[in-house]
Amino acid sequence: MSTPNAPVTDEKSAPRSNPFRSFNFSTRFWVSLVIVVAVVVLGLAGLLYPTGSGEKVGSLYDAPGGGLPLGTDNFGHDVLAVLMAGTRTSLIIGLVAGTIATAIGVAVGLVAGFVGGWLEEVLMGITNVVLAIPSIIVLILISISLPQSSIWSLAVVIGITAWPWTARAVRAQASSVATREHIDVARLSGARLPSILLVDVLPYILSYAVMAFVLQVSGAILAESALSMLGLGPSGTDSLGTQLHWALAFQAVATGAWWAFLPPTIVLTLVSFGFLLLQASLDEVFNPRLRRGKKKQMKQAAARRAKEAAALAAGEQAPAAGADPRPVPTSAGGAA
Amino acid sequence: MTESATGPAAAPVDDGGGMITRSEAGTPLLSCRDLTKTFSVAGGSITAVDSVSLDFPASSVLAVVGESGSGKSTLARMLLRLMPATSGTITFRDQDVTRIKGQELRSYWSEVQAVFQDPFASFNQFFTVGSLLRRSLKLAGVEKEEGDHLIEECLGYVGLTPKEALHKFPHQMSGGQRQRVMVARALMMRPTVLLADEATSMLDASLRVNVLNVLHDLRHELGLTVLFITHDIGQACYLADRVAVMEHGVVVERGSTEEVIFAPQAEYTKRLLADVPDLRGSLKHHA
Repeated sequence: MSTPNAPVTDEKSAPRSNPFRSFNFSTRFWVSLVIVVAVVVLGLAGLLYPTGSGEKVGSLYDAPGGGLPLGTDNFGHDVLAVLMAGTRTSLIIGLVAGTIATAIGVAVGLVAGFVGGWLEEVLMGITNVVLAIPSIIVLILISISLPQSSIWSLAVVIGITAWPWTARAVRAQASSVATREHIDVARLSGARLPSILLVDVLPYILSYAVMAFVLQVSGAILAESALSMLGLGPSGTDSLGTQLHWALAFQAVATGAWWAFLPPTIVLTLVSFGFLLLQASLDEVFNPRLRRGKKKQMKQAAARRAKEAAALAAGEQAPAAGADPRPVPTSAGGAA
Repeated sequence: MTESATGPAAAPVDDGGGMITRSEAGTPLLSCRDLTKTFSVAGGSITAVDSVSLDFPASSVLAVVGESGSGKSTLARMLLRLMPATSGTITFRDQDVTRIKGQELRSYWSEVQAVFQDPFASFNQFFTVGSLLRRSLKLAGVEKEEGDHLIEECLGYVGLTPKEALHKFPHQMSGGQRQRVMVARALMMRPTVLLADEATSMLDASLRVNVLNVLHDLRHELGLTVLFITHDIGQACYLADRVAVMEHGVVVERGSTEEVIFAPQAEYTKRLLADVPDLRGSLKHHA
């Protein structure tokens, strides 16, 4: 009729099997996964390690060697045991704080983005205010005011200061999903707001939520170590940050006791690098447009394009050279 | 396709008949008066729908025709109460429904249903057809046990069976099947008004006729009042009793299908009609 039709799938086309099977994980994804898993294993290995992190096994800054692969710290504790315990603490704080921050951020963003109107103005106003205050200052103030800081209270404090940017990202996504036709269909089917938010909006932004969560975990681990390094960390517990705090306090850098400050630094770097890389590679999985083809596929595609271009050029030249009804010659020279 | 539907269909048809007799022949079932929608945009405002007044008599098919951007979809969304009207009133069964919300709005939706333009975007891609249809059960006011019967019955109207549809995800079906599932979903509420907003424009020609025929049959079987919104005056001619032509948010011509198609008054209608491709003419031209 008067408009061109959008192509419609053949009625008889075989139904595709599980769509999730076509996930094409990149090398980047596997590298980041190995890094993250290695750090997690390091944390868990502490549970099996014979020496406890509070056990005094030597004196101040004993160099590595003699059954102590990473020497001792300022208290005479085994650095490796402390490192393992600290990694575990940091990961727990990261996961708990990341979950809290993502939960608050997704909830605020979903409601603001989907409902819109004055509610969106209010929620986003609050979000922007929280975002404008440097969170490290809020963290420090709250940490100081807490009578006793445990790893759980620290995780909660980090979680409730880190949500705003997740809320903003989710709001943008949710308000775009809110204009889709399937939302109208759900409303016409009698679905109420909570059901629409959970069933019709959340699945569409879940990939963003997962990526935000990964970034939040990495951010929370860094925030914890920053606080702990300043001496505001969980009392009576080892974490990567407290390890650095004591190393600095007892002149490890000045005395050249590299084994006291380098291992936690390296683990922290690996953790944040691994999570950031994981987030970037998840982005590629969820957003096929960012996916870079494998070398072989790219070569094949380039060859195909070159061939098509050559055929096109030859096709344009042939009629210009004269009325030659023969099929297009493969080489452009043949027409002349 | 009506074969499978005859058994369970008997009760709701009676129901629907009862509903229709309630609204007397003279007064329209659904109507709008001076309905206006203004969107504020940067540096001014756009009036998408300008003082539109339309009546929808029970069991009739009214087509609203106009080109893209003429405000017909905005009109549809306002009539469905998915978008607030800037001014004007919408009346359903002599009740003002322009500002209702909550439970009242849901009971309005149990009588006024819609099928939308894009059979791809109308689905939540994460859930099966079965869960899409089951969501409507509460609004349809049936219990779980009856639900399966209702679903089977409504799929029957559009020529689908539960076995071939319910467990499927939207991407496992063709465009025509999806659009028919959407019609089935709308029918679950046993509506008295069905609004089809460009419901056939993204389907290819044979599927389009298929969906048009489904709408045509439903109107006869269930006594549905159909509001058919299209840019294609040919489809309007095929299905509608009455046609209203919209241009830039204003109804420029209205009347019975014969009057509008064969004796158009407005310049715009004549132009729309001239744009309908004439197969015989074009063949002669090329021969």
